[in-house]
Amino acid sequence: MTATTDAPTRTGTHPRVEGLDKVTGRARYAYEYAADEVAYAWPVTASVGAGEVRGVDVDGALAQPGVLAVLWHGNAPSLADVGDSKVAVLQSPVVAFRGQVVALVVASTSEQAREVATTLTVTYDSREPDVVLRADHPTLYRPESVNGGYSTDSVIGDAVAEFDACPVQVDATYTTPPEHNHPMEPHASTAVWGDGRLTVYDSSQGGNAVRSTLSTLFGIDRELVRVVTSHVGGGFGSKGMPRAGVVLAVMAARQVDRPVKVALTRQHLFDLVGYRTPTIQRVRLGADPDGRLRSIDHQALEQTATVEEFAEQSVAATRVMYAAAHRRTAHRLVRLDVAVPSWMRAPGETPGMYALESAMDELAVATGVDPVELRIRNDPDVDPETGARFSSRNLVACLTLGAQRFGWAGRDPEPGVRREGRWLVGTGMASSTYPTYATAASCRAGVDPDGGYDIAINATDIGTGARTAMLLVAADTLGVDPSQVRVRVGDTDLPQAGLAGGSMGTTSWGMAVEKACRELLEAVRAAGGVVDERIEVAVDTKAEIAAQAELSRHAFGAQFVEARVDIDTGEVRAPRMVGMFAAGRIVNARTARSQLIGGMTMGLSMALHEEGVPDAAFGGFTNHDLSTYHVATVADVGDIDVGWIDEVDDDVNTIGTKGIGEIGIVGTAAAVANAVYHATGVRVRDLPITLDKTGQLA
Amino acid sequence: MKQFAYARPADREEAVAMVSGSPGARYLAGGTNLVDLMRLGVAGPDLLVDVSALLPSGVQEQPDRGLLIGAGTPNSDLAADERIRRDHPVLSQALLAGASGQLRNMATVGGNLLQRTRCVYFTDVTKPCNKREAGSGCPARTGAHRDLAVLGASEACIATHPSDMAVALAALDARVHVSGSDGDRVLALDDFYRLPGEDPSRDTTLKHGDLVTAVEIPLASALTRRSAYRKARDRASYAFALGSVAVALEVSGTTVRDVRIAFGSLAHRPWRARTAEDALRGAPATADAFSAAVEVELGAAAPLPDNAFKVPLARNLAVSVLSALLEEAPR
Repeated sequence: MTATTDAPTRTGTHPRVEGLDKVTGRARYAYEYAADEVAYAWPVTASVGAGEVRGVDVDGALAQPGVLAVLWHGNAPSLADVGDSKVAVLQSPVVAFRGQVVALVVASTSEQAREVATTLTVTYDSREPDVVLRADHPTLYRPESVNGGYSTDSVIGDAVAEFDACPVQVDATYTTPPEHNHPMEPHASTAVWGDGRLTVYDSSQGGNAVRSTLSTLFGIDRELVRVVTSHVGGGFGSKGMPRAGVVLAVMAARQVDRPVKVALTRQHLFDLVGYRTPTIQRVRLGADPDGRLRSIDHQALEQTATVEEFAEQSVAATRVMYAAAHRRTAHRLVRLDVAVPSWMRAPGETPGMYALESAMDELAVATGVDPVELRIRNDPDVDPETGARFSSRNLVACLTLGAQRFGWAGRDPEPGVRREGRWLVGTGMASSTYPTYATAASCRAGVDPDGGYDIAINATDIGTGARTAMLLVAADTLGVDPSQVRVRVGDTDLPQAGLAGGSMGTTSWGMAVEKACRELLEAVRAAGGVVDERIEVAVDTKAEIAAQAELSRHAFGAQFVEARVDIDTGEVRAPRMVGMFAAGRIVNARTARSQLIGGMTMGLSMALHEEGVPDAAFGGFTNHDLSTYHVATVADVGDIDVGWIDEVDDDVNTIGTKGIGEIGIVGTAAAVANAVYHATGVRVRDLPITLDKTGQLA
Repeated sequence: MKQFAYARPADREEAVAMVSGSPGARYLAGGTNLVDLMRLGVAGPDLLVDVSALLPSGVQEQPDRGLLIGAGTPNSDLAADERIRRDHPVLSQALLAGASGQLRNMATVGGNLLQRTRCVYFTDVTKPCNKREAGSGCPARTGAHRDLAVLGASEACIATHPSDMAVALAALDARVHVSGSDGDRVLALDDFYRLPGEDPSRDTTLKHGDLVTAVEIPLASALTRRSAYRKARDRASYAFALGSVAVALEVSGTTVRDVRIAFGSLAHRPWRARTAEDALRGAPATADAFSAAVEVELGAAAPLPDNAFKVPLARNLAVSVLSALLEEAPR
């Protein structure tokens, strides 16, 4: 099905160290930890679109069998304010969106809690919700900054005047719907108080943030809180920060003085764990007839909640992609009666690059320049906005090698003319990019007289293969076989490290692991090269992170797609996809390949299937399960061929990695849409590309 | 989850008596739809009468009367039955187009016929729905209706029936065997399903306590052997239809000798296209004739803004399958 390039020197290949535990059921997830006298809590969610909670029939519920407590804002303990509405649960009567937690039922069994929660009488003062993002919304505003610390606007030269003066112009508006994260394991927490200490088993992308938040919310010393995240069944951003579920578990456990478990249902996930904002994006590209860009103008309209601002950095990627003297990028928001949007699968780059790379395809059509060549012609030497040097930039190599691998050469650009049986056939491509981040982390490394090495770091393996990656970084640095190294992750008792998110886990943790291993080798050398007794070192990378030079750090890639559109039904299939990436050092070829294939699958899913449907009448979303929120099935995924170039980048950071968790998804949707255009002659500017949009149902 | 009692009666008579005598009782077979609805609070039976062990399972040949399919037959078994695949391919194809492998292993023929609509308002107890709660209203007309009915809908309800299998059975003139408190009876599939009218709460003409025991399909013929099912949906697998068609075609020379057309996902019931069939019998077997006949049938459609695409989709599905069958037909 797939193939990769030959493994470069420092790329290992190793099966997941916890693979056997996972397939045999030994690996324990947050909800599976045993606790004595455990109780179960079930969230009650708002059944109105907006308004206030007036009352809850607590007494009626407490009279039901097994019920231990019923909490709502009228009786819930006060939590410290951490400025995060998502964890400020049961603190206010305000219903900011349909599906918000308004009460919690705690009972001796999960069934009792669920039954009482679903029949609990909650009274509201409600008002009509406003949940639909539209370009002419009267309350559009300019946020102070956007996610990731990026500036809201960026203006260089006069993009509009230059656009007006350009002989070739593309001016198009693209829209993307709300998209939901839906990791395989829904969010779950087990909270245990004992001897003034709190232990939480949590399904999270980073236990340290959970610990900090809980310690502040509940006024308990950080050192007395332990968060265990041994195994996590995916996150896609939705577990990147603590959310309602874990706070409710801890609150309930304290209230009933018993351990408490909370597991969100698939239905809850639509409202309570973040989602991607819908976007309305206008892109204007002004160019010369040879395709050289003179003006780039990209504006994104997005939504956020009334209770909290989250501004997705949708046009940030446009600032680094292509050269042009005149440029303007901007974000505008509307506050609606909606759940708080949040991090979801490459926030910013994913929707933004769908729009930009679709527009680039439209420019290729308008100029007659081949889409691959068009991107090569506009590749900048330095960061086109900051002027900073790229630590490395190999987009052109990805474009060239990807095109070869796909068989792009000789492509007839004429749309809508290739038929095979009842299928229209086309090909399309797009560029990918994702920034390289890193945060400081700490790590302990030790060696015992028996020659066994051990690494301890509170990294989180959310299914990506982080444990195995750390194992390979350690073994590579130590110069030993991986079988001699043991890696412990997923516990706040271990040295502190950042979350599994922003595609920076391997880089941030790997820098600390590499440093600890280097210092351990020095300590062993200092001891005369003999390990009579255990030798251990502890390091952190604060200095390395602070010392990072001002460089533009990004991974790049190119994606190629063959699309087929059924002339009878308009159904779209993508039987063949090629992704070529330049993402620095690849630590573990085996899991890297899986991540890139997974990312491209998510991109395909975004292109063809995923669509949260706002309920204009009642608030919230109309779809609340995976039979109405479609993700790609195995049958939708054809041959995905991923490869990477052996990119050696000594400047990007101390271990040369750029991160691969998210770049696979970036650009895929545009490549699919561009291939659909090539197949049909119909440009779909509104995701997902469902059968009714492909022009076959006249 | 609401407390409920569970019973495993010894035989069919006892099962029928148990459910007939208790308004809150429901039959349980594969449970692939009912259990979901219970979790959502859409169904709240206080007694589940498990008939999975006592419903007949398997396909029986009846001399001169066709095949008798036990209501307890798993969908996957029926789809794999050699006689079905050879003599009634439309039925096997429809079954395999539905759900997932795991669900087809659990789901029974009787349960498949009786599954409820997947309208998002029906499955969300926090919102109105006339089918779930009489008189509460139908938000779908002005709300989410992209996959809802374009034919035979009423002001009260625009739900669609979700079954693929039932569409093939409609094309095959299947009959449903029912045991009730008044004894046994056999219903044509046409008389089994109903349109929503002013009482969308009922999907079928069954009375409370009626138990589907078997489905009978008439003797195979040249017509049923040249039959096919095609389904269009929002992904390649594991999604309900946006439109589907079950078709059988028999030609004589260049003329349509006999034809069956039934549409799925266009209405509250499988939509047997009798107008189109009547127009085609004796007509030239050409794509143009197919298209014209189907257009007349679909002339009755009253689509809403977001589901208007279903009308050309249904036409294209029917014409494409009829044309494909024509190409392989012996002249």
